[in-house]
Amino acid sequence: MTLDVAWADRWARLSAERIAAARDELTELDRQIGDGDHGENLDRGYRAVVAKLDGVAGGDQPPAQIGDVLKLVATTLMSSVGGASGPLYGTAYLRAAKVTGLAELDAHGVVALLEGALEGITARGKAQTGEKTMVDAWQPAVDAAEAAAADGATTAEVLAAAASAAREGAEATIPLVATKGRASYLGERSAGHQDPGATSTAILLEAARDAAAA
Amino acid sequence: MSGGASDGSGAGAGAPVGARARVALVLVSHSQRLAQGAVELSAQMAPGVLLLAAGGTDEGGLGTSYDRVSGAIDEALRVTEGVVVLADLGSAVMTVESVLDLEDGYDGRVRLADAPFVEGAVAAAVTAHGGGDVAEVLASAEHAGGTFAVAADAGTDAGAGTDAPAAGGTTPADGAARATVTLRNRLGLHARPAAVLARLVAGFDASVAIDGVNGASVLELMKLGATGGQELTVTGEGPQATEAVRAVVEAVEAGFGEV
Repeated sequence: MTLDVAWADRWARLSAERIAAARDELTELDRQIGDGDHGENLDRGYRAVVAKLDGVAGGDQPPAQIGDVLKLVATTLMSSVGGASGPLYGTAYLRAAKVTGLAELDAHGVVALLEGALEGITARGKAQTGEKTMVDAWQPAVDAAEAAAADGATTAEVLAAAASAAREGAEATIPLVATKGRASYLGERSAGHQDPGATSTAILLEAARDAAAA
Repeated sequence: MSGGASDGSGAGAGAPVGARARVALVLVSHSQRLAQGAVELSAQMAPGVLLLAAGGTDEGGLGTSYDRVSGAIDEALRVTEGVVVLADLGSAVMTVESVLDLEDGYDGRVRLADAPFVEGAVAAAVTAHGGGDVAEVLASAEHAGGTFAVAADAGTDAGAGTDAPAAGGTTPADGAARATVTLRNRLGLHARPAAVLARLVAGFDASVAIDGVNGASVLELMKLGATGGQELTVTGEGPQATEAVRAVVEAVEAGFGEV
């Protein structure tokens, strides 16, 4: 099974639903170690994404390819989120869009998309694993996706592997001490809390998995 | 050091001011009021520079807006050859980087300074006012971050100062000049006079040191903490060293209009 533009559209819309549902949880996580706006910011961003998708769908140029959807999500998040997750996720979707100039994705295409996203986030945030950031969810997700694709997994299986690894990665941020981002100002006091960015990463990759199963 | 007590101008306190300088500044903050305040502070010292605030989200909340940043840069580029951007916290920096990324850096006309927000903005504005190009304004902003450290261990860190070659006395390149002058205004080298001197020095083809610090750096001049009655040593070297030193002496003796 390959993934097409309809999957990308479903992924974006499902992401908006899941982020809206997790809005308070994300804000609460961010309130403990950040500036407390992660849920609100992402919710605003993805609402704008859905509005954009509805707008273009009703207009003359609906997104023709996966890359077009990703680029729309990227630019919309960048202009409407307001916090660090705007440029971070925006750049992730943008780099992912560059690797996917194809009509359909096979398992290796999905891996390339995820690798592009991770590359965008590390380029923008300059974080590495172990610093209690969204990279701690993205890196294991990419590793798991690469391993699954190498074993001959389907696109759905690659996304499932990525989503599970991202969720585990997010939970594994709890004992970490933040050394990047706003949470790093807290030093040792950041330990004991799950990173909100890693958590939203897990939510977004679970939406990608579920959009493929739909 | 607010300088407010002695400075009743108000002329440079508004929003964007004239655009005679070659380089404009865009100041990006999470807070609209912080960005606007940095614009006001910088404008007081550099009235000829286009300064644009890009603070807060589109809704006026705390955060940064991609559209506000790119809009300010576009506005500045319509009237200047280049733009130096300063940003405060992480996401402001990332938003600026995203804008530069998507526009492929505006062909090198726009640069983000790795500099402290307020100090960098003031230093960059004064350099822009003196006619500096993008690279010079950027360097001025980025050097501002080291100003405090330089002042703290001035005794050991001669390499960072501009006085080292002059003090050495081994064949000055073109010309060298030296003078001493006493500060006549009571408050001495507070923000406004420091900016006046830095702008003055920047206009000459010479490097000037005042009590051993870079005379073109408003922040280093302020860090001298020189007050009324204090004697300053002014040294210069370069083609216009004599003229530059004389101009500094005259400005100091005139009391910066405060006596």
